[in-house]
Amino acid sequence: MTNDSAAKSFYTVLLLALVCSALVSGAAVGLRPRQDANEQLDQKKNILRAAGLYNGQGDINLLFSAIETKIIRLSDGTFVSKEEVDPNNFNQLKAAFNPQTGKQLPKQEDPARLNRLEKYSLIYLVHQNNTINTVILPIRGKGLWSTMYGYVALAGDLSTITGVTFYKHGETPGLGGEIENQDWQAGWQGKKIHDNQGKIVLRVVKGKVKATDQDRAHRLDGISGATLTMNGINNLLMFWFGEHGFKPFLERYKTKEGIGG
Amino acid sequence: MAETNLELLGRAILQRNPIALLVLGICSALAVTGSMSTAFVMSICLTLVTACSSMTISLLRNHIPNTVRIGIQITIIATLVILVDMILKAFFYDLAKQLSIYVGLIITNCIVMGRAEGFAMSNSPFKAFIDGLGNGLGYTLILMSTAFLRELLGNGTVFGQNILPLSSEGGWYEPNGMMLLPASAFFIIALIIWLIRTIHPDQQEN
Repeated sequence: MTNDSAAKSFYTVLLLALVCSALVSGAAVGLRPRQDANEQLDQKKNILRAAGLYNGQGDINLLFSAIETKIIRLSDGTFVSKEEVDPNNFNQLKAAFNPQTGKQLPKQEDPARLNRLEKYSLIYLVHQNNTINTVILPIRGKGLWSTMYGYVALAGDLSTITGVTFYKHGETPGLGGEIENQDWQAGWQGKKIHDNQGKIVLRVVKGKVKATDQDRAHRLDGISGATLTMNGINNLLMFWFGEHGFKPFLERYKTKEGIGG
Repeated sequence: MAETNLELLGRAILQRNPIALLVLGICSALAVTGSMSTAFVMSICLTLVTACSSMTISLLRNHIPNTVRIGIQITIIATLVILVDMILKAFFYDLAKQLSIYVGLIITNCIVMGRAEGFAMSNSPFKAFIDGLGNGLGYTLILMSTAFLRELLGNGTVFGQNILPLSSEGGWYEPNGMMLLPASAFFIIALIIWLIRTIHPDQQEN
């Protein structure tokens, strides 16, 4: 059989395709548990980073044991007992797409373009001297190309941001992808979500926040070349601190002494 | 004309640079040169993939039917890239998070295909490996120079470290916003090509 006969071409391609697909699927199956474990570890790391408890050193699982994982009902902000929903096995994204634990969002009430929203949300609490020091909330929303996933940490007043991370997204590297940049994320620290009337006023500006801006406590630095990603950030802030998001939870506990459980 | 392996490597980096002489791989050069660290990561990945895929294709070159060679090359390149990505995800997760977005760019990178088709199909595996390595390093050279200029002039930083104090932070440097846009890489790469062709006039086209 010469190299150029139709049969030889056919067999070569078939053989190569089989070898390559075996390699790829073998690697996919064999490495899956390790990849999943890494992904979970990475989420924990990001929760810790948002809380300001991780700076690149230390054992993540050990550090994470200081954090209490809870589940709340988004509609009224009340805690859900462990027996009802187990926080260790709760997959929030899957819950959104399950007809029993999620619901379709009407378009005009869905600025972050989530499409479906879950009934319950995970939240993470950091205790210090018997009071709640930090509350870490999961947030997500559409940017330019992709859904951006992150965590935002609030101080005990439930309005001041103490940290933020974005750990998964598909934005353009170097432009929108800079939401991963820790220098940019550091600019969120100390910003206030609400004004004196309790309205959500936090948003990203174009360029850097000017030192003379009287609203600078409610303004975040923009990333140049990433306007549409920044719009996405504004939208997800509006959504997650609004009615459908954590507003019921924040209002319920802002007025009381602290967060009980 | 027989070349020693060292000559082969050197020529691929400078005299026969894939971007400057062959003008291949421009698309990814525009996309990732906004900051030096992303350009660096992309360069390493591309160098590895070009070297390994050239070697693999050269090993199989006597059995690849001419009519379907492009498809076979692409399959081999894609398989290698996916394997690299999955191994990174399993063992070097932090690195993988930075890299995986570039993986798609590597598969479609013209340099990988260009070297597979233009060199690996007609040379021995070791020579093909050296050639792939050289071309990857040549790509690295241009990418890093472009990224250096873009990041320095656009942000006043090098590898994220502040070099020129920005006027918005009390310094004197007013950053050039155009440098942050991908199109600015066109100008810089054109200037580099001009420079190289002035030094090596034999590269000039009539």
